[in-house]
Amino acid sequence: MYSFEPTDEQKIIIEAARKLAAKEFRTRMRDADEDGKPDPEWMRSGWELGLLPASIPEEYGGYGERSALTWALAAEELAWGDLSAALALSAPNLVAIPILLCGTADQKKEMLPHFCGESYVYGSAALMEPRMDFDPNSLKTTAVKKNGKYILSGVKCNVPFAAESDWILAYAFFEGKCEGFLVSKGAKGFIVKEREQNMGMKAFPLYSVELRDCEIPSSQRLGGEAGCDFGLILNCSRVALSTMAVGVARAAYEFALDYAKNRKAFGEMIAQRQSIAFTLADMITEIEAARMLVWEAAWRLDEKKNADREAYAAMNFAADMSLMVADRAVQILGGYGFIRDFPVELWLRNARGFGVMEGIAIA
Amino acid sequence: MISFENSQRIEQQRRYAESIARDLIRPNARYYDDHEHEFPWDFANLIWNTARKSIDSLGPDAALFDERYMLQFHINEMISWGDIGYYLCLPWPALGGIFIQVVGTEKQKERLREKFKSDRPTWVCMALTESHCGSDASAIRTRAVRDGDSWVLNGEKLFVTTAKMSLIESDGTLVVWATIDPAAGSRGIRAFIVEAKTPGVKITKLEKKLGLRASETAVVILEDCRIPLENMLGGESSTGFKGAMATFDAARPAAAAAGLGVARAVVEFVKEQLALNGIKIRYGVPRNLLTSIERDIVDMEAQLRATWLLVVKTAWLIDQKKPSTVESSMCKAKAGDVVTKIAQKGIELMGSLGYSRKLLLEKWMRDVKVIDLFEGTGQINRLVVARRILGYSSRELK
Repeated sequence: MYSFEPTDEQKIIIEAARKLAAKEFRTRMRDADEDGKPDPEWMRSGWELGLLPASIPEEYGGYGERSALTWALAAEELAWGDLSAALALSAPNLVAIPILLCGTADQKKEMLPHFCGESYVYGSAALMEPRMDFDPNSLKTTAVKKNGKYILSGVKCNVPFAAESDWILAYAFFEGKCEGFLVSKGAKGFIVKEREQNMGMKAFPLYSVELRDCEIPSSQRLGGEAGCDFGLILNCSRVALSTMAVGVARAAYEFALDYAKNRKAFGEMIAQRQSIAFTLADMITEIEAARMLVWEAAWRLDEKKNADREAYAAMNFAADMSLMVADRAVQILGGYGFIRDFPVELWLRNARGFGVMEGIAIA
Repeated sequence: MISFENSQRIEQQRRYAESIARDLIRPNARYYDDHEHEFPWDFANLIWNTARKSIDSLGPDAALFDERYMLQFHINEMISWGDIGYYLCLPWPALGGIFIQVVGTEKQKERLREKFKSDRPTWVCMALTESHCGSDASAIRTRAVRDGDSWVLNGEKLFVTTAKMSLIESDGTLVVWATIDPAAGSRGIRAFIVEAKTPGVKITKLEKKLGLRASETAVVILEDCRIPLENMLGGESSTGFKGAMATFDAARPAAAAAGLGVARAVVEFVKEQLALNGIKIRYGVPRNLLTSIERDIVDMEAQLRATWLLVVKTAWLIDQKKPSTVESSMCKAKAGDVVTKIAQKGIELMGSLGYSRKLLLEKWMRDVKVIDLFEGTGQINRLVVARRILGYSSRELK
């Protein structure tokens, strides 16, 4: 039977995430964006939510079972607070979740406790490549097996916390398939280059990285000899980004609605004009529609059903939706939408990223 | 707990409806488009004599099923996938009957149940719109005047679906909205039950339409139409519109569901044709690398699914007896946009073949436009959503 009621436990998590997002994320959003770095308080206070440890079973140091849906519900709230904050807080997922889903028993035992401690630890994944025809299913970065080791070569872009993370999951093509390789900090041939300069997500440090004949022990191939289910990882990434797109759109919508109810023109509030009121109605409708796609895709992941189409649809739809909603919010604010004293331009810059940034978050 | 798993019972009944839609409805869709004002009796008889025993939402006891609207919307979608005109030909309580089931007196409900025990298909139609007003229903002029132990009705009603089937071809019912006090605006409006063959009610015209031609749309005239006092819907204490609003809330997602059935037919047909022409859709590939056709298909499917899920969520809310006014209007407004665009796009993707009456695409485009018009136009539904999200009254947001 269909149901749209979150569990009591999920409601508690949503509420906690919402409070945190309002108190710690939203308030520090503008300064962090201008400074180009995440506020340390985001990770400190955010880690107290325990989202990742709650996704990891007890035998690996955590205290729960992973649910992409529960995580998506929380992440919508986090991204509503601030996208960079939500991405920074969830960066450890980039290593932990693929290991949880596809790792060997040894990889889980060795790596997962690392992400169940008292405090936040950085994590990262290197998927994107700097070319206009980038396709996550067809990477130019390659892995070659040689003397019991894998040799990785290629160029990656938009690698979160590449300079800060102890472990980075680098994706490369091996025998015609996309596989993951765990690269440790300082590995020879893993060269962190400049900080990316993007239009949005500016408080979330992303780097350009070169893999120059980077040697990886065979035990560090995700899933060992059997490899990983990259399609599944990609779906988890798409669900993560699409739920965040919903959160960003909701932030922009709520702000625009509030503004329109308080801005007078020609003797009445601008929200009393149908052109503004109908725009707001369309915005909330599209947000809700996208949310349904996200929930369905996340639910399918939890049910271990194939979610290829659903996650793809959710991401495409939510990316378009988020951009449209943020753009309309700027339009409703008029000139105030364009200046940095108001948050709406930031949401527009952030929203543009969803359709083009893959693999920087995992649900 | 959030779940996207449909109930087995609904899934089974939907599949049964699918067999009817595929084998009986779709093959005749073109015929009734070409022969407007003919009626698909074989379909009505099949539903009446056989199918409604298996599809709970069509039977007289639909109201007893706790996922009633979820089931009904799935059936609407499926029948409309076959042909949306057929959906409106269904012999079942329909909107007027649902009003009786929800706000009627015990006696009115009982009389409706009796009618649906007949061995011949029976219809219930509803008349609200008039020549000078549609969405602004509070402006209706049809008068109900009390005269002794009767109400006397006078007025003209437009766009009455299945009026002929309800009043002439069966011993059915008309639910008609009229004002008992023109000075009172919407507060003066009540609904009345007019039984078939009541003197003073007649059909003066069957409309010729852009699409939806299997479905009859009539002009109904009431001339000194005298009905018993007890035929005021809900009895003497009836609150008119107020008590009926929840039923209108269910009519909007119902219409959206029907439109989405047509849109699904379009997408499926176009994809089959693309496949026959060796064109494969590469799902999962970044959108900047897709061809224009791939992108259209991927977007159409996402829009279709998202809108359908809005309908499903609304059904869930109504079945749970939770307020659904916003969601009902949201899914209807969105469906109006989505289904018209998908149908228009379907023709574009097929080129001139899509424009030809040899295929159904052009018919689907004509048919589905109605989804953005009836049960409140797209604009009216946006107005409903906007007032709710802004907390504005109808005076504050006109």
